[in-house]
Amino acid sequence: MSEIVCCTNLSKTYGNVNALKNISFTLDSGKIVGLLGPNGSGKTTLIKLLNGLLTPTKGEIRIGGQKIGVETKKQVAYLPDNSYLNSWMTVKQIVSYFADFYEDFQPEVAYEMLSRLDIAPERKLKTLSKGNKEKVCLILVMSRKARLYVLDEPIAGVDPAARDYVISTIINNYNPEATVIISTHLIADIEQILDEVIFLKNGEIVLQSTVDEIRTEHEKSVDELFREVFKW
Amino acid sequence: MDWIIDKNRPICPQICEQLCLRVAAGQFAPHEKILSVREIAVAAGVNPNTVQRSLEELEGRGVLYSVRGSGWFVGENIAHAREVLDDILAKKTADYFEAMRILGMDSAAVKEYVKEWKE
Repeated sequence: MSEIVCCTNLSKTYGNVNALKNISFTLDSGKIVGLLGPNGSGKTTLIKLLNGLLTPTKGEIRIGGQKIGVETKKQVAYLPDNSYLNSWMTVKQIVSYFADFYEDFQPEVAYEMLSRLDIAPERKLKTLSKGNKEKVCLILVMSRKARLYVLDEPIAGVDPAARDYVISTIINNYNPEATVIISTHLIADIEQILDEVIFLKNGEIVLQSTVDEIRTEHEKSVDELFREVFKW
Repeated sequence: MDWIIDKNRPICPQICEQLCLRVAAGQFAPHEKILSVREIAVAAGVNPNTVQRSLEELEGRGVLYSVRGSGWFVGENIAHAREVLDDILAKKTADYFEAMRILGMDSAAVKEYVKEWKE
């Protein structure tokens, strides 16, 4: 099992706000990792650093041994927390846009998932419901054959039935060599598919553990432990 | 049979238990192919790595065996699966007696009650 993500003494400050404070961790490949923390704990900052959308104030991130740059971006599939697609485009246009943009994009996988959801490729994005738009975004991300998938709040905006769909999409497209990072505060919905969790609090890692360790040692679910750690 | 996962307990042994129940109940015959890792993961809504570990655990006990490239099959040691089933039956029965005791019935009364029970 090889190391896919390695962060050392990573800090990010915005003006005088310390969003991340000197955090270090590594993630192995082949894992589904939950990045958990309350609002404002630094989850999205960390994710943007992994994608090279922000640069660290201090410290270093390596993905697959390389510094963040063109080569790492080819290997990272990113689902942002808000949509960035042009709403006038049709689903089909977006699929071919992605196929042009990413070498590892598999259009046939995307079309198969779309047909299972009864989303016609001719539909314009703006005519889709919010939930369906989010599903299209997830399908686009999961149709890449990446080494690292970074999903920022993939279940926040969808109904419980759609959450099950999102979870089964992640399981179905999961490849044992790839790592999936899922950031969320809806822990109860997602914890049974996680291998590992990282708890972030005020820009610091307060816990990194496998979920089975949590269940064995604390005899409680990740959700309950989270409520305990972040009690106010 | 549905997959029921209790989030307060480690998931790996729960998958083992539920697979044993299926084998003991005769849902899969010896040497019959069972579901794939992914199918189990999707059906139970759990991580494929966890399912893989559970299957390997049961392989160690001889309940299952794997054939490279074609999947997982029921092995010879169905006795272990039956033991797991017996343990669960015993536990559920004990829980039932305990629940009835709290409701004010001693075990003799419960046995009488069960005997008279009509479905």
